[in-house]
Amino acid sequence: MEYRNVLTTCPYCGTGCALYLQVLDGSVVGTLPVKGHPISEGALCIKGWNAHGFIHHADRLTKPLIREQGQFREAGWDEAYNLIADRFSSFKSDFGPDSLAVLSSAKCTNEENYLLQKFTRAFLGTNNVDHCARL
Amino acid sequence: MTNSVLDLEEADCILITGSNTTEQHPIIGTRILRAHEERGAKLIVADPRRIQMAIHADLWLRQRPGSDVAWLNGMMNIIINESLADEEFIANRTEGFEEVKEAVARYTPDVVERISGIPQEELRQAALMYGQAERAAIVYAMGITQHTSGVDHVKACANLAMITGNLGRAGTGVNPLRGQNNVQGACDMGALVNVYPGYQVVTNPEFTQKFEEAWGVTGCSDKVGLTVTEMIDAAERGEVKAMYIMGENPVLSDPDSNHVIEALQALDLLVVQDIFLTETAELADVVLPGCSYAEKDGTFTGTDRRVQLVRQAVPPIGDSKADWVIICELAQRMGARGFDYASPAQIMEEIASLTPIYAGVSYQRLEEQGFLQWPCRTAEDVGTPYLHEGQFTRGLGKMHVVEYQDPAEMPDDEYPFMLTTGRNMFHFHTGSMTRRSAKLEQESPEGYVEVNPEDAAELGVSDGEQVKLLSRRGEIQAKAWVTDRVPRGLVFAPFHYAEAAANVLTNPALDPQAKIPEYKVCAVRLEAA
Repeated sequence: MEYRNVLTTCPYCGTGCALYLQVLDGSVVGTLPVKGHPISEGALCIKGWNAHGFIHHADRLTKPLIREQGQFREAGWDEAYNLIADRFSSFKSDFGPDSLAVLSSAKCTNEENYLLQKFTRAFLGTNNVDHCARL
Repeated sequence: MTNSVLDLEEADCILITGSNTTEQHPIIGTRILRAHEERGAKLIVADPRRIQMAIHADLWLRQRPGSDVAWLNGMMNIIINESLADEEFIANRTEGFEEVKEAVARYTPDVVERISGIPQEELRQAALMYGQAERAAIVYAMGITQHTSGVDHVKACANLAMITGNLGRAGTGVNPLRGQNNVQGACDMGALVNVYPGYQVVTNPEFTQKFEEAWGVTGCSDKVGLTVTEMIDAAERGEVKAMYIMGENPVLSDPDSNHVIEALQALDLLVVQDIFLTETAELADVVLPGCSYAEKDGTFTGTDRRVQLVRQAVPPIGDSKADWVIICELAQRMGARGFDYASPAQIMEEIASLTPIYAGVSYQRLEEQGFLQWPCRTAEDVGTPYLHEGQFTRGLGKMHVVEYQDPAEMPDDEYPFMLTTGRNMFHFHTGSMTRRSAKLEQESPEGYVEVNPEDAAELGVSDGEQVKLLSRRGEIQAKAWVTDRVPRGLVFAPFHYAEAAANVLTNPALDPQAKIPEYKVCAVRLEAA
């Protein structure tokens, strides 16, 4: 049996509370507050206490899906990447970069947001990149 | 936030408006209540709903939704007339005061009462309480911004802080509480239509050249892009052919859901990258399985500009991949260069090299110190707990004249109620995570609408009965919560619940500048179901 507490940052609102994810044999089984953290000072709200609740949910997507005749089927990463790459490239050359639009995510990390806007601006060639700050 | 979560406790007066702090930012709410109850900081709450903070407040102003310019201008008028304005601060640090003074003079207490419903004496008490405080902080959230006049509301808050000298010191400031763990960071990183990382505008050729050189490309566009709501409209018109959506669920989160669904269905290609098959992913042509925060390393930036580490606890579930890995692999598949990173730490090195306000941020420093608050411009810079000390970023603080305007859709004979929307304590945004968390779902398993007892009696609806809500965009059915949290004529519905989706009803009218939709006001009709 292997148990660890992993110090991380809460995935819900923007307060920036710290929490420990309790990891038992490769699964996240619980959440603990962090006493010494300047913002959360050992407290969490009800969402924070349940920050582990959805991680291993049976509904998690585990494989790429491709729609075929109205239905999803599981696919490999190569097939999914190739499909997206081909279609995005042809839209870009046929209709121009501004025919493409990208939504980034306030749930993803800084590094991921940086990369997605870099990909959109540097490679797709459009500033059509936004996220839910307005919503 | 101009200031920090921590220094809210140094305020002598805290004015909260459009923030249900104890439910939506409970840990900040606790800190504010501690300042109020243990240190005696005055607490003013302006909110149409009798939220928990309103019960604790020294003074609760119950304004009509969307009337914020009126009462904020009215407070300024009283503060100026009572000689409570900070003349030295105004003279040395700001511009535009004379115009603002002239404009707010028209917002006399009786005019404000007529527009906002706030009794004249209460407005006066609030103005004196805020104006007399040595250190006063304004705290707001989406109740201020999600209006067609949202930018004006924010400018009015900034004017109020400037005329009283409440900026650039601990315990003061204009403090928006951000609703998502990394909405601050997504903005900082340039996931916005008009700026590169660090708010370097795309229309300035100097910045375009800087990023093109760093990224080894040419031809970055200098044209401001389409915002999220504009993308939806452009998709419906066939101008946008393909969309790539990472970790967002516009079908539930955007106004006028039926319109959003039609627009996304009109796309030639929709790619959605998410951890669950959300209502938006269900419409996709390709779905890519990303990872949750527990399966990757990275950083989030909190509401007070606080950059903190996210640490991987478990490996990716199934064949899912960290979102940064997916972006890199797809970009490389398409032939893009500059997407071969060994780790998120290495991506942060590139961010720091191109983003002056993050220049001093590194994983090593975050490991050692726990957090850094931007601006953090060098490896020695300890970061910035509060902004605008001694001088504003732009030099002088600019005051803007703002005038009250009605919300885009007001109640009428056909749709006599005002609907305002938001979140509750147990669920988050479109519920994709919290509704799959057993305990949270157990606490709040279904959609509801808050209805005033007198309105409920007139409609013949009892607590817990189903009601139908209809707007010009669509209809939903939800359980009535008969409560005096809402005044007569106003109903509130949370937007978490796909089966009673409040955004089927909301009005996609936008603030002309920020393009934020008017989620907080639209007209609806109620019927017993």
